Amino acid sequence: MIVKIEARLNRDRPVWRRAAGVRAALTLMIGGTVLAACGSTSPATSAPSATPTPVCTGTTANPGYSNGLATVSGQATTLSGAGSTFVAPMMSVWTKAYATANSVQVAYQSVGSGAGIAQLQANTVDFGDSDAFMKDSDIAKAKGPVVQIPLVQAPVVVAYNLPGVASGLKLDGDTIGKIFSGGITVWNDPAIKALNPAITLPSTPVAVAHRSDGSGTTAIFTDFMTQTSPAWVTALGGSTTSVGKTVAWPVGIGGKGNEGVSAVISQTPGGIGYIELDYAIAQHQTYADVKNKAGNFVEPCEQTAANATVGITSYPSDLRVDIVNQSSNAQAYPITGLTWALVYQNQTKAATAAALVNFFSWVLTKGQDLTGSVNYTPLGPTLQALCIAQLKKITVNGTPVSP
Amino acid sequence: MPSPAGVGGGIAASTVRVAPTLLKRGRPRFADRIFGTSVSVMGGIVLVVIVGMVVFLVLEGLPAMQHYGFFSFITASRWTPSTAFPNVSHPNPYGILQFIYGTMLTSIIGMIIAVPLAVGAALVITEVAPQRVKGPLSGLVDLLAAVPSVVYGFWGIFALIPAIKPVVDFLTTTLGTVPVIGVAFQGPFFGVSYFSAGLVLAIMVLPIIAAVCREVFRSTPRNEKEAALALGATRWEMIRIAVLPRARSGIVGASLLGLGRALGETIAVTMVIGNAVLHINGSIFSQGATMSSVIANEFTEATEPFHLSALFVVGFWLLIVALVVNIVARLVVHRGVAL
Amino acid sequence: MTQLAVGTPGFRNRPALRRRRAKSAVLVGLLIAAVVVAVGVLAWVLVYVAIQGVGALNLGFLTQTPPGNPAAAGGGFYNGIVGSLIIVGIAALIGIPLGIGAAIYLVEYGRGRLADTIRFFNDVLIGVPTIVTGAFIYAIWVTRFGFSGFAGSLALAIVMLPLVTRTTEEMLRLVPNELREGSLALGATRSQTVMRVCIPTALPGIITGAMLAVARAMGETAPLLLTALGNDLFTEYNPAKRMSTLSLQIFDNAVTGFQEGQGRAWAGALTLIAIVLIFTFVARFFGRRVRTSNA
Repeated sequence: MIVKIEARLNRDRPVWRRAAGVRAALTLMIGGTVLAACGSTSPATSAPSATPTPVCTGTTANPGYSNGLATVSGQATTLSGAGSTFVAPMMSVWTKAYATANSVQVAYQSVGSGAGIAQLQANTVDFGDSDAFMKDSDIAKAKGPVVQIPLVQAPVVVAYNLPGVASGLKLDGDTIGKIFSGGITVWNDPAIKALNPAITLPSTPVAVAHRSDGSGTTAIFTDFMTQTSPAWVTALGGSTTSVGKTVAWPVGIGGKGNEGVSAVISQTPGGIGYIELDYAIAQHQTYADVKNKAGNFVEPCEQTAANATVGITSYPSDLRVDIVNQSSNAQAYPITGLTWALVYQNQTKAATAAALVNFFSWVLTKGQDLTGSVNYTPLGPTLQALCIAQLKKITVNGTPVSP
Repeated sequence: MPSPAGVGGGIAASTVRVAPTLLKRGRPRFADRIFGTSVSVMGGIVLVVIVGMVVFLVLEGLPAMQHYGFFSFITASRWTPSTAFPNVSHPNPYGILQFIYGTMLTSIIGMIIAVPLAVGAALVITEVAPQRVKGPLSGLVDLLAAVPSVVYGFWGIFALIPAIKPVVDFLTTTLGTVPVIGVAFQGPFFGVSYFSAGLVLAIMVLPIIAAVCREVFRSTPRNEKEAALALGATRWEMIRIAVLPRARSGIVGASLLGLGRALGETIAVTMVIGNAVLHINGSIFSQGATMSSVIANEFTEATEPFHLSALFVVGFWLLIVALVVNIVARLVVHRGVAL
Repeated sequence: MTQLAVGTPGFRNRPALRRRRAKSAVLVGLLIAAVVVAVGVLAWVLVYVAIQGVGALNLGFLTQTPPGNPAAAGGGFYNGIVGSLIIVGIAALIGIPLGIGAAIYLVEYGRGRLADTIRFFNDVLIGVPTIVTGAFIYAIWVTRFGFSGFAGSLALAIVMLPLVTRTTEEMLRLVPNELREGSLALGATRSQTVMRVCIPTALPGIITGAMLAVARAMGETAPLLLTALGNDLFTEYNPAKRMSTLSLQIFDNAVTGFQEGQGRAWAGALTLIAIVLIFTFVARFFGRRVRTSNA
């Protein structure tokens, strides 16, 4: 047991994460004592995963990109954006730092990816943000062609609230699909037990938490379940309706935004939901290791999320790419997604266009160095270069903003 | 009064005899006419607003209504915007019956709890409490109406739900296992539910019902109450004999006014109902959605085909239900007691 | 009074009298229990919010904007407080004069079926769900001009209008006709009589009604979701742009799982309750004859 605690502490992580580790270990210890008293499984074997995931140790190096566009002069001093809650913690770090460095205020409202697209279509914001790229049918409802720029990538974690069970419960796609479609209703279901023979699971009912709003996080998560869970696809009536920003959740409690889902999980014993990694960490929640394409159960973190694009060498020219469960890397966390900034290609106000190009150029270069502070993963060099090129497509009345 | 005697002398002379309608008989002067016209216009704004609401909700809902058919919304009970396609019109993915059900169920739960409490509170305030206590007591009950909806929802999540959880857990293991009716009380109870929403609604409509009931009870002739007491009736007998029989329609009207408020309540309900939009859930302890909660949740992000238009259809039906309940309530109250 | 006769035999019958008294005591006790529950819930809400909110409530909360990252400590709802004051202020400038004007029409000018209809639908408008009001403003305003604080003001003005009309009407009806007659007899015109005699006489009650309407508008959240939308990060003073309000910020932060965000939301709830209660108490101070529950 003590060996295990040290193993967890030795993972070189930020302080809060270490605290969570200690608490998890303590919980295990208490649980273990009870078990030992009952003459049941020994505490050492009841600890999760005997094979630690060394990829999640250490810090990632800052990419230090310097290929930003030359600053365009005459920019507006405020920008209004809305959308994804998945990217909101990252965006708040960016907008604060950017305001300090460039005295440009970027008002980003964390309202959900669906709202981001809707607001862009209605032209009530300067930019939108979504973790599901705009489909042709979405663009058709917009007021013109839209440039979609990936900004950052991050894992969607399966967080749960099970007193006595620490982070690292092992789940595969089909089991997750069965849980979220209502096929598994108690935590000690044989399917979950089979994946976690060493963990004592309570008979608590499963309280599924999902999004009540249109969400790119939902799109990423349902994409994963559609790829890996026949049970999910069947329950949702086919692979066209089982994936998207909104799906017909057969069971569960709807929460607004990543914030809302994480709140529902915290407030509901037995709760399980899908949220972006930083939300789980900031709220000290426990989350699962998920089975990837290579067949390994992988802990979500910056490094394993970075591995999710390893092996993807070519991107479509509009950068509308699906990276969920694509990489065959042994340590790739499968439920990793991108978030896209959505900007009208043909801007009408020069000042706004200049401010947009300057801001996103900064986000794609200096901004990528700030991702670690909120547990996001910077874009890889191939994709990052394509994103910078994408920025050059933005025009004001026909002339490119950045020559 | 700065106006010189000469300015309006004629009016005064001609109006001495018919006092009550005196003002309306004055010969309008130019400034007067402007004033009169403008206040009349202001009076008309109420009608313009109500008619405008109906017209604009219908106009915005029209694309969806034309595409799917007017009645297909209230005959279907599945809300699945993800399965909406521009060129498919059957079946309607925007069924709203489960929202109407949610609105009705939460409001009825609220009324079952609030009406007896409100009537009791109003009776205490008008008939039982000592004179000195009456004022402060009615002020306190009124204060329940001053607490904002969002605060009730917040309090509901963190204070009310944990407090009722043991009770509800007990109910789900007892009532929930009874054959036939058990379906309505089945667990598991995760906190947010139709029932929690109904409970919060009860608190919110209680002061409204109590305020109207108070006025109704106050209109009981004093001499009848005194007569009852003089004949030896106990306090309860006095209430039963002299107060309640006359107040029956007033209580009904007050309850309908409370119901009208409960039907449209949005934020507090959205926070504690669980937002399950897919279909009707049988148990009152399961999650659901109401007409107003689905609008609050999905309105600003409706990107699917006909999604926003369908939400306006929900708004239209909510308005119709609210108008009908309120109109009936006002008619009953007006007949019962002059307010 | 035939029912009373049924009970009369009991008057000389001691055990029966005792039974009737006991019954009365039990039932009156139940009625008192109802009041205790109502007041108890009020106390529970107020005390709970006060305990939760007082920890995060300080000067910084009232003068700073949120920290951006909901997990970060510190910061406050200054932008929401400013937004609430501006949006409700504009709504009051629109809704209160219109409401008073409508009431003047109903009492001093209107008659017959039209006035009855307006009076009736004014009461009905009080019962229209505010989320529907928000959707209405979205349809007529936001679809053309985008989300803005002003759109929120329009929605709240519609919420306030019927409340102001109703209380003002009740107050104007209490103005004795002798005053009107006196004014006219002295040669004043109708408009002068209304503006210089009736309104000043009824003013305390009118102020009460207006302040209660303001208090109600302060607490509204639902219509603002569809009109003002919110603006979390910095203070916006221009009502043509998206604005936050106290109520929107409470709603957004209450439904997050972040302890720090929830702490700010509790402090916001305490602030909002304090503002609403101040308005309510001041309103009551001006006039006691107006019903305060806006039924």
